[in-house]
Amino acid sequence: MSSPEPLQAKLLADDLLARYVRCLDDGDLDEWPGFFTDPCIYRVTHRADDRAGYENALIFADSRGMLRDRVNAVENVSVYEPHGYRHIVGASLVEQVNGTLIDASASFLVARIMQDGETSVFATGVYRDRIDISGDEPLFAEKVVIMDSERVDTLLAIPL
Amino acid sequence: MEGFDLALEARPAWRDGDYSHIPFWVYSDTANYEAELRNIYKGPVWNYLCLTAELPKNGGYKATKIGETPVLVVRGEDGVLRGFLNRCSHRGALLCLEPRGSVKRLTCVYHAWSYDLEGNLKNVAFEDGADGRGGMPDDFDKSRHGLRPIEVTEFCGLVFGSFDPKVPDIETFLGPESVRFIKRALGKAPLKLIGRSTQVMHNNWKLYLENVKDVYHATILHLFFTRFRLNRLGHEGGIIVSESGGHHVSYSKMDAERGNQDYASQDIRSTGEGFSLNDPTLLDSIDEWEDGITVQIQSVFPSLVIQVIQNSIAVRQILPTAVDRTDLNWNFVGFEGDSEEMTRTRVKLNNLVGPSGYISLEDGAIGGFVQRAIRGVEEDSGVVRMGGDDVATVDYRATETSVRGFWKMYRGLMGV
Repeated sequence: MSSPEPLQAKLLADDLLARYVRCLDDGDLDEWPGFFTDPCIYRVTHRADDRAGYENALIFADSRGMLRDRVNAVENVSVYEPHGYRHIVGASLVEQVNGTLIDASASFLVARIMQDGETSVFATGVYRDRIDISGDEPLFAEKVVIMDSERVDTLLAIPL
Repeated sequence: MEGFDLALEARPAWRDGDYSHIPFWVYSDTANYEAELRNIYKGPVWNYLCLTAELPKNGGYKATKIGETPVLVVRGEDGVLRGFLNRCSHRGALLCLEPRGSVKRLTCVYHAWSYDLEGNLKNVAFEDGADGRGGMPDDFDKSRHGLRPIEVTEFCGLVFGSFDPKVPDIETFLGPESVRFIKRALGKAPLKLIGRSTQVMHNNWKLYLENVKDVYHATILHLFFTRFRLNRLGHEGGIIVSESGGHHVSYSKMDAERGNQDYASQDIRSTGEGFSLNDPTLLDSIDEWEDGITVQIQSVFPSLVIQVIQNSIAVRQILPTAVDRTDLNWNFVGFEGDSEEMTRTRVKLNNLVGPSGYISLEDGAIGGFVQRAIRGVEEDSGVVRMGGDDVATVDYRATETSVRGFWKMYRGLMGV
């Protein structure tokens, strides 16, 4: 795909994000690494650390393999009470388009649904994404999940 | 009313010298919890407050807590660290609302009483009244209304505080082995903070501290290393329990070559299919320790955990927020002068720890499982008899000796 017009870039970003959160909310974690380029960057951090410029992340991956390992751990190794997410995402804001790279951000709210039905707001924040549209389909070259709060209730197993 | 008395009678009492049976009410009884805040957190212990690295400049402050009590650590204009209650002497309002910052004066938002960084009350708004009327009486003495100080000490880049002026000096409190291992973990160079996180746990604080001291569970609940054949109870290592019982160090030397026959015969989930990582660079490490120890987990009663897993270093603060709720504040650190490669290595390895850590996320939930399961049946007790009934330093890890050590120090401070 060639360099997109602004409106087209926004549609591409919105569509990728919509499919991404549908994948996570449907529990199709095996599909999740396929939303990223290889290599890629996936980081989960929070606003205070992001503003302070701290390098650490709650989850850090720089390859599709590392994302697959996260899925493998979440599905087969880690011990936690079964739960699911519901993502509500805001409209993508295209920050800039550079050739076939789109920098976009969007707000998210993630509700966590426990097996007994208890539903709570688990995380809110912003996705700061770099989307690569040079291939057959748009993929995240970089996805930084910036939670508004540095508090995590109990544990963060399923990716955001 | 007799029925209520009977219920209390049925509650198991502590038995002299028995650190192997833990009555479940100790995790849920609110009166006991209030007694802990008085006897333990305000008692002769050093509570971890913050990293020295968080207060590099004069005028910097950090707001944290001892137990549930808000306190401040402030670096004065003279460069000295001091501790105070985070509380105005006037009406008791919180002084600093932000968790950290930089100030010239500490000024209360309520009536603008302000204090210098040594805690002296310097200004009282309208002290002489307004339009010549009102104001403080002539015998009001500002020097008697400074901030209430707490004891503060620094060790190896860690700042500790205590309510008790009679608390022993920090090295005496820790004991020689804990001192040695803190120096091993944090003493190489000034610490550099690389990230924070708070994990909210739905359990009593003691359940988390016991969990940290419990090496028995480490390779059973946390399957990641076991599946990857990296850390097993039989591996070379051991547990050091301080003389007080309250502090511990567990250490091991990982050896991926070692067999797993012991685990295969135990009918536990840990065995299962081994798996291999698609991207093993996650576990890449740089040898910075030179003693062969790959995992060091250390606790300092009642509020600090230090963890070194290869290049992953974290300083964890345990803060109770209610009888059945605990905040675990993670500080991920490296050292000043770390290369970019070293920092990246630490960040990748930190996937193992924290609220989403491959070998730690379960600990955020397991205490809650206990807290829920003991509800209403506090007449029963748990049992911690692995490795016998004593509190001792041992060179193996199939033991709960450090958990018993916790109860030894706990009961001493609680007078039970």
